[in-house]
Amino acid sequence: MTAEAHRDHTWPGQPPTNIDPRLGLAIAAGHLAGRLSRGLGRGGGTVLPGLVALRLDPGILAKLVRGLAEGVILVSGTNGKTTTSRALSSILRAAGRTTIHNRAGANLESGLVTALIDHTSPGGRTRGDIALFEVDEAILPRVTPVVQPRVIALTNLFRDQLDRYGEVDFVAGCWRATLADLSPTTTVVLNADDPAVAALGAQCRARVLYYGIEVPGQASRPGPIADSRLCPQCGRPLIYREVHYAHLGRYHCPGGDFSRPALTVAATAITLAGAEGSEIEVSGPFGTQHISLRLPGLYNVYNALAAITCALALDIPAAAIRDGLTAITAAFGRLERISVGDRTLFITLIKNPVGFTEVLRTILAGPSLRHLIVAINDNLADGTDVSWLWDAEVEALADRCASVIASGTRAGDMAVRLKYAGVPTERIHVEPEIERALDLGLTSLPPGETLYILPTYTAMLALRTIVARRGYSVPYWET
Amino acid sequence: MRLTLCYLYASGMNIYGDRGNVLTLIQRCRWRGIDVQLIERGVGEHSPLHDVDLFIAGGGQDRDQIAVSRDLQDGTGAALIEAVENGAVLLAICGTYQLLGQYFRTSGGEVLPGIGMFDAWTVAGPRRFIGDVIVRARLEDREVELVGFENHSGQTFLGPGTRPLGQVLIGAGNNGTDGCEGAVYRNAFGSYLHGPLLPKNPDFADYLLRLALRHRYRDDVPLAPLDDRIELAARAAMIARIRQRGRVRSGVRA
Repeated sequence: MTAEAHRDHTWPGQPPTNIDPRLGLAIAAGHLAGRLSRGLGRGGGTVLPGLVALRLDPGILAKLVRGLAEGVILVSGTNGKTTTSRALSSILRAAGRTTIHNRAGANLESGLVTALIDHTSPGGRTRGDIALFEVDEAILPRVTPVVQPRVIALTNLFRDQLDRYGEVDFVAGCWRATLADLSPTTTVVLNADDPAVAALGAQCRARVLYYGIEVPGQASRPGPIADSRLCPQCGRPLIYREVHYAHLGRYHCPGGDFSRPALTVAATAITLAGAEGSEIEVSGPFGTQHISLRLPGLYNVYNALAAITCALALDIPAAAIRDGLTAITAAFGRLERISVGDRTLFITLIKNPVGFTEVLRTILAGPSLRHLIVAINDNLADGTDVSWLWDAEVEALADRCASVIASGTRAGDMAVRLKYAGVPTERIHVEPEIERALDLGLTSLPPGETLYILPTYTAMLALRTIVARRGYSVPYWET
Repeated sequence: MRLTLCYLYASGMNIYGDRGNVLTLIQRCRWRGIDVQLIERGVGEHSPLHDVDLFIAGGGQDRDQIAVSRDLQDGTGAALIEAVENGAVLLAICGTYQLLGQYFRTSGGEVLPGIGMFDAWTVAGPRRFIGDVIVRARLEDREVELVGFENHSGQTFLGPGTRPLGQVLIGAGNNGTDGCEGAVYRNAFGSYLHGPLLPKNPDFADYLLRLALRHRYRDDVPLAPLDDRIELAARAAMIARIRQRGRVRSGVRA
């Protein structure tokens, strides 16, 4: 992608030239669908315009990204897609770039196309310097050859919705094939601390940049549900010097076949401040930067590192990286704080065992007992199999909660999980209906306290609708 | 009272939450004051198995299953067969269940040898069975409904020497054709049900514990009743949900 070639075509400077009629129709229909969907108040219209436009012109994605001077960035992986791309978006804003971004997290083709046509004139000109897309890990192999990304970042690979994505070795195989086909003009950004992700860099023709954490780990052995314990070359169990969480850490193969790659960007000091955020020191080609991150938890340190490394691949100056990261707040539903009178709601998406475990570790920092709602739905977007609740380390809650309400379509399963984790049964309440669970949680919450709400994806959407209807916060598509 | 539990292949064959079966058995013992000794035995390990009353194993990915197949051939399988012949109890889910039969022929045509504890064989099928399952099973004198979730492409067929654990009311079970789910030989149980199986089916968990106590003390030992309202409510809610919405078509894979 040559940058300057498209610079002089910025909409709305010039009249449309030889517009592809099929594309024109798809854009017009997409715009109309967007206005209707928003006008009717039916959700955020983050998917429907793209669905309509794709139906009319299946080739629309490739056509619309062609006009972007600085190309396309793709962010994928099991956890951290939304937060990483939000952090990068903030950096790009600080660097003065106009970015097209599927920031509400609609990460299938329809969401990507919707974001693009929102910034496209009826004449087919897309206004923006660069597109930043978080992409569902299962559709990454399909989207990558279509958009020919300039940068592609992979955050981590954990077991997630096995009924939908398949087992982790299957997903890794799909990614490996995708990266093998990339041209040398693409930069691949990989988490060096995840052996399954780091191994993907070996056979890549593209330029590869690795990021990771260079501080003492929390453990020296991977956790009970570590997915990538074996050397990807020879299959022998990897030896870890440090484990940060799950199978992320500093490792090497006992046979010398594989080890954690050298880091381009490294976190060299980390001070976690519970749910408030973290202070981190990051070293790279830009020297050493101190950053106050308003995103809590070690997993968000990884997300920040991924965003920094992408920014580096785009030659963004260090000052913009620091300013952009300092300005970010949590992504939609990812550790979001909402005031309700003198009480606070703290909403955190959970969707797989590693995410659930790390969210618990983060919100349980500090001595006081917590009030919680855990809302587990089993719709297609959540995963229809809730077995994963048993792979999360829910035992951390055993003596740490004042009360916990199990909610969602699988409230019963969550209650059983809490009981076997050692939470006293008199502290476990079952209320499948999410709005009633919220009321129950708020009425039993002492003034000044925080109600921690951990929903799966569709439970979070339901919760956001309730919260917006009650005027607790603005709808996510307006933020 | 005391029991020794052995969690087989914990680090590899554990990807579908099957460790929940181990947590369930341990807690249900603790709540009754039964001392539990938990030993683990992974691939290449040689923890002694002669004192074990109850073995538990789960499902895993292909790569781990191949390693487990080798380990079973390399002495562990013979030790398991001997233990089961002596009345020890065993619960094997999905990937490990498949390897307790005679063989597993993978989609690539490779044949992983099993240990032949079950008169059963497994062949990789053209499609994957993914979804909720309800099974009617007989536990000694009682008929129960077991609820769980299956996710497998292997199709298992039983020979005359092994009986099924139950009949599927909803779901595919062993192979999607003959209505059978799981396998039983003496006190060894194989099943495709994740969920995990035991937390929402506490009567099955207790049945395994009764058999394990019988193995330990060579006599029937009464099992103190527990308050299972949370577990039974979850099971009833799930059975109602499955019956109401039918089996959801999942498995949107790349």
